This record gives sequence, structure tokens and C-alpha cells, in this order.
Amino acid sequence: MSHVLRFRLVVALLVAAIALAPLVLGNFAVSLMNDIGIGALVALGLVLLTGVGGATSFGQAAFVGIAAYASAWLTTAQGLSPWLGLPFALLLTGVSALAIGMLTLRLGGHFLPLSTIAWGLSIAMLFGNMDALGRHTGLSNIPPIRLGPWSLVDAQAIYYLIWLIVGLAFLFSYNLLASRPGRAIRGLRGGAVLLASVGADAYRVRLSLFVLAALFAGLAGWLYAHTNRFVSPAPFDLRASIEYLLMAVAGGLGNLAGALVGAALVLLMKNGLQDVLPLITERAGQLEAIAFAALFIALLHFARGGLMGFVRKLTRGRFKAPQSDERLRGEVAPLAHRELPARGTPILAVEGAVKRFGGLVAVNEVSFGVNAGEIIGLIGPNGAGKSTMFNLLTCTLPMTSGKVTFLGRDITRMSQRDVARLGLARTFQHVKLRPHMSLLDNVALGAHARTRAGVLRAGLRLDREEEQQILQEARRQLDRIGLGERAHELAGSLPLGTQRILEIARALAADPVLLVLDEPAAGLRRKEKEALGDLLRKLRGEGVTILIVEHDMDFVMKLVDRLVVMNFGSKLVEGVPAAVRADERVQAAYLGSVA
Amino acid sequence: MTWDVALILGIDGLANGAVYLLAGLGLVLIFSVTRVVFVPFGDVAAFAALSLAAFETGRTPATIGMVLTLALLATLTEVGSLVRRGEAARIPKAIALWGLLPAVPCALAWATAQFAAPQAVQIAASVLLVVPIAPLLARVVFQPIADASVLVLLIVSLALHFLLSGLGLLFFGPEGSRTSALAGGSLQLGDAFSVSGQVVLMVASAIVLSALFFLVFERTVAGKALRATAVNRVGARLVGIRPARTAMLAYGCASLLAGLIGVLIAPVTTMYYDSGFIIGLKAFVAAIIGGLVSYPLTAVGAIAVGVVESFASFWSGAMKDAIVFSLLIPVLLLRSYMTTHADEDEEELDQ
Repeated sequence: MSHVLRFRLVVALLVAAIALAPLVLGNFAVSLMNDIGIGALVALGLVLLTGVGGATSFGQAAFVGIAAYASAWLTTAQGLSPWLGLPFALLLTGVSALAIGMLTLRLGGHFLPLSTIAWGLSIAMLFGNMDALGRHTGLSNIPPIRLGPWSLVDAQAIYYLIWLIVGLAFLFSYNLLASRPGRAIRGLRGGAVLLASVGADAYRVRLSLFVLAALFAGLAGWLYAHTNRFVSPAPFDLRASIEYLLMAVAGGLGNLAGALVGAALVLLMKNGLQDVLPLITERAGQLEAIAFAALFIALLHFARGGLMGFVRKLTRGRFKAPQSDERLRGEVAPLAHRELPARGTPILAVEGAVKRFGGLVAVNEVSFGVNAGEIIGLIGPNGAGKSTMFNLLTCTLPMTSGKVTFLGRDITRMSQRDVARLGLARTFQHVKLRPHMSLLDNVALGAHARTRAGVLRAGLRLDREEEQQILQEARRQLDRIGLGERAHELAGSLPLGTQRILEIARALAADPVLLVLDEPAAGLRRKEKEALGDLLRKLRGEGVTILIVEHDMDFVMKLVDRLVVMNFGSKLVEGVPAAVRADERVQAAYLGSVA
Repeated sequence: MTWDVALILGIDGLANGAVYLLAGLGLVLIFSVTRVVFVPFGDVAAFAALSLAAFETGRTPATIGMVLTLALLATLTEVGSLVRRGEAARIPKAIALWGLLPAVPCALAWATAQFAAPQAVQIAASVLLVVPIAPLLARVVFQPIADASVLVLLIVSLALHFLLSGLGLLFFGPEGSRTSALAGGSLQLGDAFSVSGQVVLMVASAIVLSALFFLVFERTVAGKALRATAVNRVGARLVGIRPARTAMLAYGCASLLAGLIGVLIAPVTTMYYDSGFIIGLKAFVAAIIGGLVSYPLTAVGAIAVGVVESFASFWSGAMKDAIVFSLLIPVLLLRSYMTTHADEDEEELDQ
């Protein structure tokens, strides 16, 4: 039995167990299951946001609160149906998340999680201080959800609605992660520069993820309000947010199932403590909080991977969901190709580029051009300014003065992302791959700018044809660099030299006009270097233009059509390899002058 | 609003700001040395205030039990790690350092309560009693994961706050208390305006302590070791500074500051077991204005937070805290804009 089949069997068993549970469980246990479902929805948002996207939120309960209060207010004060409360609650949650996200998601490092504490606290305080929301007493007598003739008033009745929503949310998230926007989300932790290099905007990806997580919390809030039929500020404060985070961490942030497992674990344990502690002491309520905090700390000390982390270790991939390479089905129409410019036409022109870092002039009045279909090398001794030049022409760094033209357009002030979208693909000197994604997924990330599917389309599986096209393209590029057989392996398991080659495949998946490589031969063995040289020559034959920054003289001299030599930030010489090799100034720069 | 009111609010804000300044210094000290955002700082201050209140009503403060419990846990942690490293010979010293040393202020506090000592002794005993709390907590909770990411440390720190406030409720109960004033009288400014002695005391303490802080950092070897660790942990280690030891020094200093804050505010605010959290968070807003690293900017931030708070409470008493915390977002935006980030990989929580 393959791991995919086993995975499907486990999921089917789980669904069947949840569907049949109310038939055997008592009323109290069903209520507990309802709470678990609601908790799992919030935790699912956190697994996506924190676990996958790398942005920690200490304010998720505030979004649950916004939705719960919104629907509660609409159904009590305005007397409308809970079914109108749902869109109202989601709208309010979504708009709040959008506004908060737009304000805070550009914050770097630990500033972002700190800001979530600020708004998480403020929103919870708002609930307790607004007259319309009943201040600290909250709102009561919230009507139950009605479904045709049935009123979902008791726990058994609303059970199926809650778990249907939970199931759909999990399905949506699962589809999302295995898609174009999903790969960008999984790439977020690689940094904004990585995403910009494939034409994605890290801020917008993070913003859409943040809103999605808030909407899951909003769904949970709506269900909470109409299940408990009473809302007050306490369940939406900072402490509650921490508890949701505890669920996600306890279950395992690296895994969607962690949200469900974590919610079940935390709520069952909480329930257990409430049963057991009163037998031991009279101050059970206080001990419960202490026990929870202590448990959370212990968890972060000893098991940051959570329960699913253990499960994954134990099962060793025997129950793995289908991976990208297994979803690749027969032939589909290839992705549209860019029209490459005719050989010999100028495509890139750098004119008088200057970059100053304070008093240091890293690049001083450098000008050169690149023509279509050639391989051009940018060389120079250590500290010559090659890497800065590289960053200037890929628009990773802003230029102090000067001008860069690419395909007839002035790109000097453009963002790195827009330049990437114009057809300038790059690799990195310090490899930027996602180590926990497969080779195929890493390369597929490169095709981001060539495709369109957004979060909604991906979550609803309306992107499957395009997804097949992307995977097929990624597979083709992997075959091209000779790693096709290892498509399913994790990028982190490759040796450094091979990782560099993989970055080239990712750049190729963007269908570039100009490929800019930053020291691609570093760390490669002789055979691998030869293979890389052959690959680059083959690409040139197909019309791709290549600019290569390299240390390895031997490798460069054999490969390039033309060389630009830099020294102390200025251009020293430009010419064909033989002429450059013979140039006295170049020899002096590398070896020191004879005098 | 008239000028009189504005002046009163301003003075009030200054007094608040003095407290946030001291707390902010403690937070920055801990963060710069250990990268821990020490959320439970305010809880330690609250414990000092509650201890003083217990002395005044002739009870033995419950803090003693708490400190002894923590000392026991810290000793067990230390002995455990020594046994694992095969350094059993150092166990007696570890027991003396982690078990017996924290018991000294406990004994002192017990004696103070038994013999109805004068107010000055009660204050000293309250402050000393809480000094071991932060170092002991750090030994148990933070030292084993000292190399974790800032984010993990932050989550642990938040959880630790909830643990402490749970312990606070268990040891002190839900009742609030207020102590008698430390300084009577008032300072007459002009014809119709006076400042209470307590406010003068608070502002003066903040100034004196900050000056002391500055001197320690600039003029002593221990202060320089702290600064060196803050600038570069690896570098400090290479020149023979032990990060674990400097971290303990930082926690000890911060705990002392928290104790002083506790006894300074106890006469003007009714303190509950969880009152410290809000104080800590506001100091934290001040510390973020200083980017969690700059002491002078933290001072400016503390006064700004204090003044904003006192004016906000004039307009809407209920919403003053929400206003102060919302202030954090523009501050963070400004800070984030001012610091240029190297493009580092995002921190990974689960690895």
C-alpha cells in the first residue's frame, strides 16, 4: 500500500469517526467536540500564518472576538438572522485584518509579533468599554442558527455544522498549500528578496495569508457566538490568544493536522484538569492556569515540533499526503513562452553606475552593455565591487546615480520584483532555497510570475490545469539540469554545489531573457563544473543571455564571449577573454604589478 | 482644558513616566544582554508591593514561599545539568548558590515580619525579597534555551507571565492592597499649585537610579561586561566573559529595579496580584521607543508614555490603556522604518 493510499485511509477514518461520534458520545462530550472544532479553526489559521508563513500573532483571539461580537450585535440589537450575521462578521473581521495587516506587516524581525500584542490587547479592551456591546457584561440571548425548520440550539444539532466548516477549512488550506500562492506562502520564510527574485511580493503574500488566518478566526467567532449564545470580553483577550497559539504549538506548527490535534489535546487536557484538580485542592481554577503556562513552557523547551512532530518521526513518511511530483499527471499544454530578442541586439545597458555606502564608493562610474545571446562575465579581485554591481543591476539595491536600461526600459528605480517580471532572473551567492520543500516545488516557485492563480482559486481547486502546467514546466527544468530523477527529494538534503544548480533551474522556470548568476561554480567539483559549463552553453544556444559573476578564472575563460573586469569599484577592462588575459592592468590587479 | 489642569496632568504624567523609566531600563537591560523580552517584569514589581502591604498589616508575606519554591526548582535544574555534564563535584556549591543564597532575604523578611520592624526595614526587606525572583526564573526557564530565537523566548516569556500571575493569585489571593505613603507633605510651586511628596520621591528616585545605572555601566568592569555581552555575545565569550553569568547579573539588577518600582507605586495605586502586567507593558512601549537597546531613548519614551497616559485618562478613563497600547503601532512603524534590516531568513519556530 502506498503512503498516499494510507494517508487517504487515515483521513477517511477520521472523517467517519467525527461523523459517527455524536451517536455514541453524550451531550457533554459533544459540546467538548464543538469547542475543539472551533478551537481547531483558529489554530488552523495560526498554523498557516505562524507555522508556514513565519509570522507569529499574539492577537488571534481578537479576530474571533470581532466576528463573535459583530454577529451577536446584529442578531440581538438589530434582530436579524445569524445567516446575515455570518457575512457581516466575516466582512468586519476581514476589513479589520486588512487594515491592521497593512499597518503592521512591513515590520521586520520581532517587531511584528510585538505589534500583535498591542492590537490584541487594545481590541479586547474595546469590547469591554463599548456601551453597544454591553461593556464587561457582554451580550446575551443570542439566537441560535436556524437551518430551514430546524433550530441548531443544542450541541448535537450544531455539531455537524461546526465540523462541516472545519472540514472545508482544512480542505481549503490543504489545496492552498499545494498551489502557486501556497508555494509563495511557503517561501515567505526565505525572505523578501527570494520572493522578489521570482516576481512575488512578500508583503502582499503575507497580507493575504494574514487576512485568511483572520477569516478562519472569524468563522470560529461566528460559530462561538451562536453555539454559546453569549459573548463577553474575557474569551477574546491576550490570554485566549496565547491559548490558541498553545494549541498550534502543541499540535505542531509544521503540519495542518497539528491544528486539529493541538486543539483536541489542549481542550481535553483543560477539561481533564478541571475534573482532577478540584479533587486535590480547593484552588483548582488558579492551579489550572499555572499548569497550562508551565506545560507551554515545557513544550517549548523539549518539543517545539509538537505532537505531530513526534508522529511524523514515528511514521517515517508512511502516511504522507501526495507530494507535488505525485500529482504530476500526463501532458498538458506548456506555459506560454516569452519571445526572446534576436541574437546580438543590446538588452541590458549600465551607464555610469555609482553606489556609495556612506563615504565608501563601492561602484564608481561603471558602464557596460549585454547583447542578446551572449555569455558575459563580470570578474575582479575580492572587494572589487562585483556583488554590489550585481545587486544594482538586479535592482536589489538602489543606485546612488547612473542608469540601467533593460529591454529598452529604464529600470533604475524599479523594484526588484518588477525587474524579475520583465524577464531578468537571478541566482544567489548565498543559496536561497527552501530546505523543507521538494526540488520540484522549489523550481516551481520560479514560475510564479508566469502564472496567475490566487488564494481563492487555489483553495477551491480551480487552478488545477495551470498547476499541472507549472509542475510540468518545473519538471522540464529539473530534467534540463539533470536532477529530474530526484524531484521528490528535499532541497535541504542536497550538497551545496547541487543547490546552486537547482537555483539555476528555478531561475529558468521564470522563462528569463537574461539570466544573472552569482558565483554559480563555487563549491562545485571539476566534473560538476564541466556539466554546468555545458548547460550554460546549451542555454546560450537556445537564445538565453547570461551574465555571470565568478571567481573561478579557468571556468569563466573557457565559457564567456566577453569579460568585464572590475577593480576598486571601477571598470578596468572590457573585452574578449584572450585580450583580457593578456592585459597588463588585469595581471597587475590580480597578481600585483611587476614593479 | 485649562492650563492648571494641563499642569496637573503633566506632573501626574511625569510621575507615571518615572516608574516606566525604571521599568524600561530593566527591560532594556535584560533584552540587550539576553534577547529575552522579559514580560513578567511587572509581576515582580507587584510582588514587592504586595509584600510591603503584608508587612504593614503584620502578616508574613507569601512571597517567601514563592521565592523558596523557585529556589528549589532552580537548584534542581542546576544540579540536574551538573549531573548530566558529569560535574557532580560542583553540586554543593550549586546548592549554596541557588538554594541557600535566595533563602537569605527570605529569612530577613521573616524576621522583619516577626519583630514588627520599622517602615524603612520593611521597605528594604520587600525589595530584597523579590531580587532573587528574576534570576531564579531565568535559571529554570531561560538559561536552558538561551540560544533559541527571540520569538521562542518571547512566547516563553509571555507564558511565564501567565504562570507568575497564576502563582500570584495562589499566594496573595484576589484582594488588592495599598500601602501608607513613603513621603508625606508636599512641595509648594507658586501660589496655587503643589506637588505631593510621593511624586517628588518617585521622580527623584528615577533620576538618582538612572544616574547610578549610567555610572555602573560606564565605570565598572561588571557594567562593561554587560555592555560587551549586549553588543556581541560571541565576542564577549571570546574575551572571557561568561554570558550565563552576565545574564544573571542583568536579571538581578532588573529584579532590584522591579522591587523598587513596587514599593514606589504601592502607596499611590491599589495593587492586585496581576497589576504588574499593565505597568510592564507600558514600560515595554517605552523600551520599544528605544528599540529595546537605547537607554536615553527609553527614558524619553517612558516620559512620553506617562504623559500620554495621564492626558488620555483625562479624556477617557476607561480607554486610556487601549490608547497607550495603540501608541505602540506607530512607534513600531517608525522604528522599523529607521532600522535597515539585513535580509535574514525569518526565524523558524518549530526547528
